[in-house]
Amino acid sequence: MSDQELRRQHVAWPGNAVEVRSVIKTFNAGTPKQVDALVDIDLTVESGEFVSLIGPSGCGKSTLLRLIANLTEPTAGSIVVNGKPARQARVDQDYGMAFQQAGLFDWRTVVRNVELPLELKSWDRARRRARAMEMLELVKLDEFAGHRPWQLSGGMQQRVAIARALAAAPELLLMDEPFGALDEMTREHMQAELLRITAEAGTSVVFVTHSIPEAVFLADRVVVMSPRPGRITELVSVELGDPRNTDTREDPLFFKKVTEVREALRGIGAKSADELLIEGVAEER
Amino acid sequence: MRKAVLFLVALALVAAVWELYKSLGPEAGGEVLGWKIMPRTNRNAMPHVWDMTTRLFDPERRASGRAIWRVVLAGVWYSLRLAVLGLAVGATVGVLLAVLMARFGVVRRGLLPYLVVSQTVPLIALAPLVASWGGRLQPFGWEWPKWLSVVVLGAFLAFFPVSVGTLRGLEATPATSLELMRSYAATWGETLRKVRLPAAVPYIVPALRLAAAAAVVGVVVAEISTGQRGGIGRLVIEYGRTSSADPERLFTAVFGAAVLGLLMALLIAGMDWFVMRGRQRVEEYS
Repeated sequence: MSDQELRRQHVAWPGNAVEVRSVIKTFNAGTPKQVDALVDIDLTVESGEFVSLIGPSGCGKSTLLRLIANLTEPTAGSIVVNGKPARQARVDQDYGMAFQQAGLFDWRTVVRNVELPLELKSWDRARRRARAMEMLELVKLDEFAGHRPWQLSGGMQQRVAIARALAAAPELLLMDEPFGALDEMTREHMQAELLRITAEAGTSVVFVTHSIPEAVFLADRVVVMSPRPGRITELVSVELGDPRNTDTREDPLFFKKVTEVREALRGIGAKSADELLIEGVAEER
Repeated sequence: MRKAVLFLVALALVAAVWELYKSLGPEAGGEVLGWKIMPRTNRNAMPHVWDMTTRLFDPERRASGRAIWRVVLAGVWYSLRLAVLGLAVGATVGVLLAVLMARFGVVRRGLLPYLVVSQTVPLIALAPLVASWGGRLQPFGWEWPKWLSVVVLGAFLAFFPVSVGTLRGLEATPATSLELMRSYAATWGETLRKVRLPAAVPYIVPALRLAAAAAVVGVVVAEISTGQRGGIGRLVIEYGRTSSADPERLFTAVFGAAVLGLLMALLIAGMDWFVMRGRQRVEEYS
């Protein structure tokens, strides 16, 4: 049984996790500073599916994620999450979210950071403590429950943030370059951990990244986007099979898919691909 | 421990500099480039450190047996309670105003200029007014005690740094934290309680430090200008009247005021330690 099928088994909602239909997002509409951030976006994320969004900066991949999260409203079009309007899904806390910055709160211990979304759902103390500890075990940080976030390394903080995003058992996880600030070794480790955790919990994932190997390693499907105006140019299916591990990274098929995504990005225009490369180098530093 | 030793060393150093200048400086004051800026060193302006210290242990009046240091300490204790109360009232009002201003842009735009203006009103002009208003207030048949006017004036000076500092802190919450709370569909009140206020604490503590100093000044000045007895402000006035004959005694009251300031600083330091436990210290803004 593949990871995706395994995930699908857990999901209560049988339909698609995300349905984006004819979405347009325009900033500063009608002014000289008008920016067409996204045009004609159609995207379906099946439940249990892991989808990566990749593209040069300015292609609107983060905006698309924020639209799905209902942190911003589309100018036109509809977004359905777990079978309901995106706004309702946010109010129901149907998704968990993780950002590039772990964004943990200094004044809370690690375990109380994980408890935060449960507090807002008015869970009682004992129940949320038990759930938070369970989540910390999942990311293998249970022995650091009583520590303060700043006492942890960047990778550990990011794992706590993932535990927090998963605490309320969302069926959908939205991640905006969560490993962007980590070094390569930690990053690869975190990618494997993320696959294990989301497979165990049966979570669908939309994952924004600008790293081609990361997108390919993680995803069932890679969504390639282009800038000015932001649109989806290609969908690359990654049939790498499960489980994925260090060997996967040396699999010829992995390289083939990396090349495929890279060429799809190059198709956007040599300039953009160069930009991506330059940004990539800048980020590494 | 190290801090306490340093404190004593600094104190001894100040005494030494004082005595050094007293022995070398001009008796009747001096001029530098035609400016009369060098302080006089006669007994009236600069009594000997030793004389001032021993004066502490003399009885206040020949008739009564109470030593001056006891009278001064009693004054410190009295003023300290008023200052702490003033600080508490001022800090509460300050935080409430800051929350209101952070919540409603209209309140912020309308209120903030007046808060700044309020601090330019001289306390000495305000004190008799507050005292006389207070005297006329008898809420539920309860008489407005005179010392409450002093507390109000202390609070009047204390609230300002707290409200400005807290507002700054509330607005400095990282956008990502607010976005996270939005993704949880948290209400404004929940976001305030769980994120904005705790995130503002490193801004509130230094503001409280300023407010504590302001409360001390407010209380001492208000005691003087409302004629409130029992506190250190009153002692300064009382001992000042006889200062030409007995300058050392005036300085014992000044010592008392310094002790008062020191105790308030200690109080804030203790609170700082308590609320910042387990937090990573961020650099305080200057």
